[in-house]
Amino acid sequence: MIPELGHFALILALAVALVQGTLPFVGAAKGDIRLMALGRSAALTQVLLIALAFLALMQAYVASDFSVANVVANSHSAKPLLYKISGVWGNHEGSMLLWSLILAVFGAAVAVFGNNLPDSLRARVLGVQALIGVGFLAFILFTSNPFERVSPAPVDGNGLNPLLQDPGLAFHPPLLYLGYVGFSVTYAFAIAALLEGRVDAAWARWVRPWTLAAWCFLTCGIALGSWWAYYILGWGGFWFWDPVENASLMPWLAGTALLHSAIVVEKRDALKSWTVLLAVLAFSLSLLGTFLVRSGVLTSVHAFAQDPARGIFILGFLLLVTGGGLALYAWQAPKLSGGGLFQPISREGALILNNLLLCTLAATVLLGTLYPLFLDLLTGNKVSVGPPFFNATFVPICAPLFAALCVGPFLNWKRAELGPALVRLRAAFAVSVIAAIVAAVAVDGRATLAAVAFGFGVWLILGSLVEFAGRVRRGRLRTLPRATVGMTISHAALGVVVLGAVATASWNVELIRTMKPGDSAEFAGFGVKLESIVPGQGPNYIAERATLVLTRNGQPYTTLTPERRLFTVQRRQISETSIHTNLLRDLYATLGEGDADKGWTIRLYWNPLAPWIWLGAGLCALGGFVSLSDRRLRIGAPRGSKGRSRTAVQAAE
Amino acid sequence: MNRTLFLLPLMMLVILAGFFGWSLLSGRDPASIGSVMVGRAAPRLSAPSLREGEPALTEALLRTGKPVLVNFFASWCAPCLAEHPLFTRLKEREGATIIGIAWKDKPEATRAWLARLGDPFAKAGYDTDGKLALDWGLSGVPETYLIDGNGIVRLHFRGPITERDLSVILPLLRGGS
Repeated sequence: MIPELGHFALILALAVALVQGTLPFVGAAKGDIRLMALGRSAALTQVLLIALAFLALMQAYVASDFSVANVVANSHSAKPLLYKISGVWGNHEGSMLLWSLILAVFGAAVAVFGNNLPDSLRARVLGVQALIGVGFLAFILFTSNPFERVSPAPVDGNGLNPLLQDPGLAFHPPLLYLGYVGFSVTYAFAIAALLEGRVDAAWARWVRPWTLAAWCFLTCGIALGSWWAYYILGWGGFWFWDPVENASLMPWLAGTALLHSAIVVEKRDALKSWTVLLAVLAFSLSLLGTFLVRSGVLTSVHAFAQDPARGIFILGFLLLVTGGGLALYAWQAPKLSGGGLFQPISREGALILNNLLLCTLAATVLLGTLYPLFLDLLTGNKVSVGPPFFNATFVPICAPLFAALCVGPFLNWKRAELGPALVRLRAAFAVSVIAAIVAAVAVDGRATLAAVAFGFGVWLILGSLVEFAGRVRRGRLRTLPRATVGMTISHAALGVVVLGAVATASWNVELIRTMKPGDSAEFAGFGVKLESIVPGQGPNYIAERATLVLTRNGQPYTTLTPERRLFTVQRRQISETSIHTNLLRDLYATLGEGDADKGWTIRLYWNPLAPWIWLGAGLCALGGFVSLSDRRLRIGAPRGSKGRSRTAVQAAE
Repeated sequence: MNRTLFLLPLMMLVILAGFFGWSLLSGRDPASIGSVMVGRAAPRLSAPSLREGEPALTEALLRTGKPVLVNFFASWCAPCLAEHPLFTRLKEREGATIIGIAWKDKPEATRAWLARLGDPFAKAGYDTDGKLALDWGLSGVPETYLIDGNGIVRLHFRGPITERDLSVILPLLRGGS
């Protein structure tokens, strides 16, 4: 009964979305205030209905209702409660429902917090948002209904993919979707602006918090995904340039570019059509990611329902959304008048450089991800594009980006001098060079490039702090806008990520050894002894657990207990790594195949600065949230600014 | 000129979407590795015979002027079990010459397996240590190669052959004889 209610609510939501996606447009075109206001109530109704459907599915999972096909395929009564809940979005149908829910939540947020938007703009934004929702709801209802029943109901379910039974991955998809779907709001704003034929500073001021929010969530989502890959896949790495990872990186890069170019629109009324294009692209790349992951056109280590029939639907939807947006762009963007003029060396110039480089990075990732597909189709040759390609292309393009990143904030708007900025950064530069030399000489003489990259990491941190210190010295700490504080945090945090990534990837120490209980080895200054391997029993798996005792100078240091788990329902094995961290390095152990005769394969990694990767990413997102809390950016801006922004809009007309 | 510039993103999308549509409709399988062997002369073949008293397998078997199927299999491999009836059918209905090579398998286990299921192979050899398989670019069992009358590899299947694959195999088998 409850699944049917959920299904029914979903059908109603589609009907409401259809209304929301049509009538407010008519209202905005005719200037009919009642039709425009309809968008607001429709958005609120829609979110209630989809939330109801989502709760209905969650209820089916929590209660292990095995008359629902989706629950049978992805759940099992012996599964812990957390994974029963996360199982709701751990599959194709449920994740699409989550996507729709988040889409509706963002729509409702625009409806609730968008009081200070001009009526016609808000009506159009909600209309576009609803049309995207129509696409997803129709997709769910017609091709991937999560509420389908099976009769007779089986006694128990097939269980969730064991790799997904992990707290990190339980929250990775919702965060990622918050990011992806957050860009739908900027997309809706871009389309609405193109329809209105007007992009101005006020528009940029509304768009920026949405971009920022989406960007923060996406940052967290990607970081969580990378952390998961680090400790669950057991390969010691944190980023594999896998198509699925790339799919989330591309919108992040475009979103980062958008974040910066929107500042230029807001402050200087320039770069308008470029910013609108980025807003369209950020969401399009999110959709492209969804398409790549679910259609099966590329292979990936990540398990997801891959189905060409669904692929056709998503492709059609992608074409409609992106094609529609870009066609509208081609038609309307030439009419957007350029604003303030500026010299190449200026804050605007620096932000354009940032945009150029970020977009080049995104294009590089796109090319690397899709090249195997192109080549296979055109010539029949199979290739795989992996880390060597990205190390040779992506990493060098980062160098000028990082180099310029610290200089940009020193430059004035309109026209600036490069000299004074560089003078103020000379200490940071000197320390970075020393750090690079020390890294090259003391740590590892072979990895010269890694040492240079390490220097860049130091440069990012110091350069950002020097700029911040300059502001503080001028006695403006109290009045310092939070957006500036957020910027400094995020920029410096990027440096932290770079340091962590470089150190982990270049200077790690690895030991692979077949060991039997009682065997000892030397590893990175530690004595390692395999104490025992004992069988264990989890709620829905059986395990082999190794106990590795690490000693330093003969003194006991720590014990690592990597496991190999066999999930009984799916007959799948996964390794559970064991990590000891002191925030400066990780000691990382995995247990491989083996038996009592031959011994077990033990893999040990010493990963210097590895925790900094996720610490930095978290700080990066924190910087975004701090910036978001800036009162100038606050979504429900105070009344005073409401009046001002209205005037600004009218003045621009 | 300026207008065209604004059309550029849309045109890029159309090209991309074209590729995606093509990929989806062509039914290609991105997971298949493909093979570098196809179109080249068959690799070296020398393996002791599985059947007692028969001479060892040599390259001459691949250059008889008739197309030959070479199948790597093992008694411990379940997919080999699945494709086995197809080889029996190919031998009985089409008179195909099939050479079987047991890969990383104990000869007596292979013999027992063939005795139980029937032996469709004209010649059968074994490659216990997997050294021969290295030359053939084997990634596992089962894999099947079709070698034409001139000793050129025409087809390479990774994984068990299926009914669908017969539509590709049969014309080459018949055409060559």
